[in-house]
Amino acid sequence: MKSTKIIYLDCAATTPLDSRVLEAMNPYFSDDFGNPSSFHSVGMQAKDAVSDARGTIARLIGAHEEEIIFTSGGTESDNLAVIGVPRYHTKALMEKLQALPHVITSAIEHHAVLEPLIAMDRKKEIELTIVGVNREGQVSVDEVVAALKPNTVLISIMTANNEIGTIQPIGDIGREILKWRKAKETVFPYLHTDACQATGYLDLNVEKSHVDLLTLNGSKMYGPKGIGALYVRKGVKLQPFFIGGGQERNIRSGTENVPGIVGLAKALALVQADREVESARLTALRDRLADGLMKIPKTILNGHATERLPNSVNVSFIDIEGEAAVLYLDAVGIMASTGSACASTSLDPSHVILATGLSYEAAHGSIRFTLGHSTMQEDVDYVIKEMPAIVERLRMMSPVNMDMKYFT
Amino acid sequence: MNNSVTPATNDARKGDVVAPTKEKGWFYTDTVKDHFFHPKNFLEDEAGYGDAYLGMVGSPACGDAMKVWLKIEKEADGTERIKDFKWKTFGCASAIASTSMLSVMVTENGGMPIEAALALRPQDIMERLGGLPARKVHCSVLGDKALRSAVMDYYRKSGQIDKVEVEAGRLIDKVLKITDHDIEEAVLEGADTLEKVQARTKVGTGDPSCIPEVENLIRFYKEKYFGA
Ligand code: FES
Repeated sequence: MKSTKIIYLDCAATTPLDSRVLEAMNPYFSDDFGNPSSFHSVGMQAKDAVSDARGTIARLIGAHEEEIIFTSGGTESDNLAVIGVPRYHTKALMEKLQALPHVITSAIEHHAVLEPLIAMDRKKEIELTIVGVNREGQVSVDEVVAALKPNTVLISIMTANNEIGTIQPIGDIGREILKWRKAKETVFPYLHTDACQATGYLDLNVEKSHVDLLTLNGSKMYGPKGIGALYVRKGVKLQPFFIGGGQERNIRSGTENVPGIVGLAKALALVQADREVESARLTALRDRLADGLMKIPKTILNGHATERLPNSVNVSFIDIEGEAAVLYLDAVGIMASTGSACASTSLDPSHVILATGLSYEAAHGSIRFTLGHSTMQEDVDYVIKEMPAIVERLRMMSPVNMDMKYFT
Repeated sequence: MNNSVTPATNDARKGDVVAPTKEKGWFYTDTVKDHFFHPKNFLEDEAGYGDAYLGMVGSPACGDAMKVWLKIEKEADGTERIKDFKWKTFGCASAIASTSMLSVMVTENGGMPIEAALALRPQDIMERLGGLPARKVHCSVLGDKALRSAVMDYYRKSGQIDKVEVEAGRLIDKVLKITDHDIEEAVLEGADTLEKVQARTKVGTGDPSCIPEVENLIRFYKEKYFGA
């Protein structure tokens, strides 16, 4: 390897643990190791730690303590929301409306939302509407509203997309749903949002956005991996996956991951406290990087020009394949990722980039850079310096020469 | 990278695919990496290769596309040897490394006789590369196919028509069931623009998403048959 310095620009994949988070977690591995369900002092200590963490998270997102359910991460929280809610209501809906639960989601959701919904739709457990996105990757509020039906129980739209960073109009969707519920005098549908990518940059207040379920996880906000939470608004019922000791209000049995829970709360508190300053700092770097990369001929910016996470730059270099580019970047110490089919286990190109209306070719050449705490201007400048030669070399090796008219 | 982590690809049997559960550390063997970062024989400049035999396969839409330029010489005893193998590829590290390795294999030791080159299997390339991850095996097939296609070009141009094999077409327009062969035929019949190809085949009218690929194929076949 030529370079020894590692420039990590894959924060949408995962982030390192903040040392202050680790410090907060440390006592709960072996000193305060208790089980929160035990009726003795050691257990009580653990119970207090969990309850403090729950309180911190609730306060940060404008919720009540009992509305926070700890899970094993983003995937479990998403699954619990999109599978648990429709399942809970199936019987009642069949009796009342002779209809299956209807769910609305978008074409650019995370696999943890899309895959279970598509599987349930196939098994005729639910009725599913997948709304598309525009060229910038944004869901249309009108389209979501138009898809509402009397049997719609759940709408799941992410707060911000993990691949292209586009921020979704969750607040507007929330308001429209409230209106619909009032007009129809029904408690349905509920609004779920996966906020995993947004935690460090956006306001997560569930009152402002009128969200009923919200997915959080630790590993994208300098917290631990393997821990997440699902905010479940009071009154929202869902069918649990884990049955056992009745922890987490019977929604998620299993002895609590105490150090993880403590770390999750600490991480969320830290990133939310820094949110505005860090967003401003990264937005400047983000735009500098995007501008620099866009100088390379035949390059397109994926996602929304401004309504985009402050840490996200996703570009497609036409005529080259992304996995090759990622490996060449790795060789000069830059860690990035790609939506190329070649780099995915399923050999399918990014469903997100395809959903924005770009072709397979453009998805193949897409590279995502996601910045973070450690990203400095010199890192961004280094990428801007290294990238042209890599693209040029791969283009030289490529027999493809697409016409840009397809990509504008 | 931490040197104490031995890539599992090292203990994979030669030429075997690597079990996904055994993958550790780097995804690719050192040989693959070497050919990927320092590809051998890729064509930098087409000048001087106008008279080479051309093979093209794939399309960028399905992830891979490859072009091969061959030079073949007939020796006094009638053996036809591959003297030069140049390539360009749009694909992942495996595709690049396999083609690079293939180019070395068919040109080393004075050049491989055509029959031997046609008998090469993707496994032979993989063996030389020290294995590829299971889901990357398909990339090694690409170079082989491009080589085959270039040899067919040679047979066609050297009048050995009886040896030319026709391959089954690949579906381009899934709605109208139009294959790359249909497009090839249209181009051969003189349709040199998308409009003209559409006038003949209606390609893309049901499924416009395939149009960039069709345009690419038109360019591809035009270049292949008319050198433009
Ligand atoms: S060329 Fe796509 S996986 Fe190798």
